[in-house]
Amino acid sequence: MKILVAIKQVPERDAQIRVAADGKWIDESDLNYTINEPDAYALEEALQLKEKNGGEVVVVSAGPERVTSTLREALAKGADRAIHIEADDLGSRDTLGVARILADAMKAEAPDLILTGLQSDDLGLGQTGVVLAELLGIPHATIIMQVEVVGSGLKVKRELEDGWFQHVEMPLPALLTIQSGGNKLRYATLMGIKKAKTKETKTVQAAAAANGPALVLDRVYLPEKQKKTEMLTGTAAEVAAKIVEKLKFEVRVL
Amino acid sequence: MNGVLVVMEQHGGVWSRMSFEALAAGQQLATKLGVDCSAAVVGEGVAALATELGGKKLAKVFAVEHALLKEYTADGYVVALEQVVKQADPAYVVLPHTYQVRDFAPALATRFGSVLVSDVIAMGNAPNGGGPVFVRQLLQGKLNADYKQASAGPCFVSVQAGTFRSDAVEAGTAAVETIAPKLEAGQIRSKPGERFRESAQTVDLSAAPVIVSVGRGIGEQENIGIVQELATALGAELAASRPICDNGWLPMERQVGSSGQTVSPKLYLAVGISGAIQHLVGMKGSKAVIAINKDENAPIFEVADYGVVGDLFEIVPALTKAVLAAKG
Repeated sequence: MKILVAIKQVPERDAQIRVAADGKWIDESDLNYTINEPDAYALEEALQLKEKNGGEVVVVSAGPERVTSTLREALAKGADRAIHIEADDLGSRDTLGVARILADAMKAEAPDLILTGLQSDDLGLGQTGVVLAELLGIPHATIIMQVEVVGSGLKVKRELEDGWFQHVEMPLPALLTIQSGGNKLRYATLMGIKKAKTKETKTVQAAAAANGPALVLDRVYLPEKQKKTEMLTGTAAEVAAKIVEKLKFEVRVL
Repeated sequence: MNGVLVVMEQHGGVWSRMSFEALAAGQQLATKLGVDCSAAVVGEGVAALATELGGKKLAKVFAVEHALLKEYTADGYVVALEQVVKQADPAYVVLPHTYQVRDFAPALATRFGSVLVSDVIAMGNAPNGGGPVFVRQLLQGKLNADYKQASAGPCFVSVQAGTFRSDAVEAGTAAVETIAPKLEAGQIRSKPGERFRESAQTVDLSAAPVIVSVGRGIGEQENIGIVQELATALGAELAASRPICDNGWLPMERQVGSSGQTVSPKLYLAVGISGAIQHLVGMKGSKAVIAINKDENAPIFEVADYGVVGDLFEIVPALTKAVLAAKG
């Protein structure tokens, strides 16, 4: 089975975020980047499917030169090959625009299965996978916790709200968006890191955007506080005493 | 292309609780734009639900009926709703941001050359004119962003749980029109199974008056003990954000958030929880929120009444001690 995993590189979770001077995006100058966490779970699922059923895992990421470091990490964890879609203008492409360049690069690979995270930690639109499936004309299922190969197709466990689940069966080729927590993530081994250096990373150029975006990010800004937060300060003992006062006289739970 | 169309969600004849929040959002958007609002309900045997919508302030209600729409499938919904949107020809399509909508709406929007504006928390007027802006959160809630539709196609918007109040839906009268979309079994490629729960839920967090909840900041499973001690001292239920349950440090049934339980206790004490959107939607109805976190920019402070920026490993044991002393 040939599995493609679409990976996005995003700012690290603890990164100090500042709005860029033009107010259109964040200041990227001092940011460290990492793999989008749900995509790490998609990669893990792909590697486990390969271990069970054989085949090949190819990781694909669109973005500037820096995304190759995330692709190398994926190779070190066990992916067989990588495809870097070189694009310096991701910010000006909407979901449809990004899904189009992913579809262009993936079509030629004729995969049996495409996996990606259910959403990104930065934009969080949560739809690149579904749009990609629609563009490729293949069935999809979202927010998937488990994947099982059954006959010539798949049986997947889909997460629903409030602790409910549902099994869905579907033919291949297909696309799944993976939820976190279905598997334990692996670390790259020293051997894996060594081996990654011998693995192929193919670079392809993203086609220029054919038409303008359907959706435009107009402005980013710090959220206005929904509540007036009273900050409690002091030593741990002082803070504890202040909280107890609040619990007694304001919240009234003591 | 004119007006607003709200696509309601139902399962087996029962409304999804977020449907009426989306309806309120749709009505408010229509009022703001000075246009009509209509609503659609999709399924098999939805006449009663459509009649109920007939009692709301709507221009029209579409009952979208087909035997193949009895069970939800992304393919069935996309094919059917593509026809409904073409017929109703709205400028805006408003949906609740449910797991089901996340599954089909991006593909539906793609068919119109549009991109869904997902998980919207507010609708406003652009400072420089030119149509409404839709506000969504970025980077786990650290920033807000204004989005604007640029394409000619209808604008698809899904609204976050708890953003609009379902009791704000305006009553009125509307005619019901039944639509029988063209749909064949061969167009539906996936086969859905029954909905199920892993195991009987033994913890009902929604009934707990006090909840102490732990997040990523706890670092290691062994450290959860100090938070458990605080919960015990307060007579509280222990809960967690998703990463803690993903790691297997606490059972899934103790998870608060969109994929776990929705709670509204008298007190929600968040320890080492940054406050990702998916977590906040599960607890923002709490009467009082206290947050302890090392990062002063953590989004949890946006919804906290009282905040402590500091080391939870010092503050939590001190607080347990102070609570026990206060209780004598």
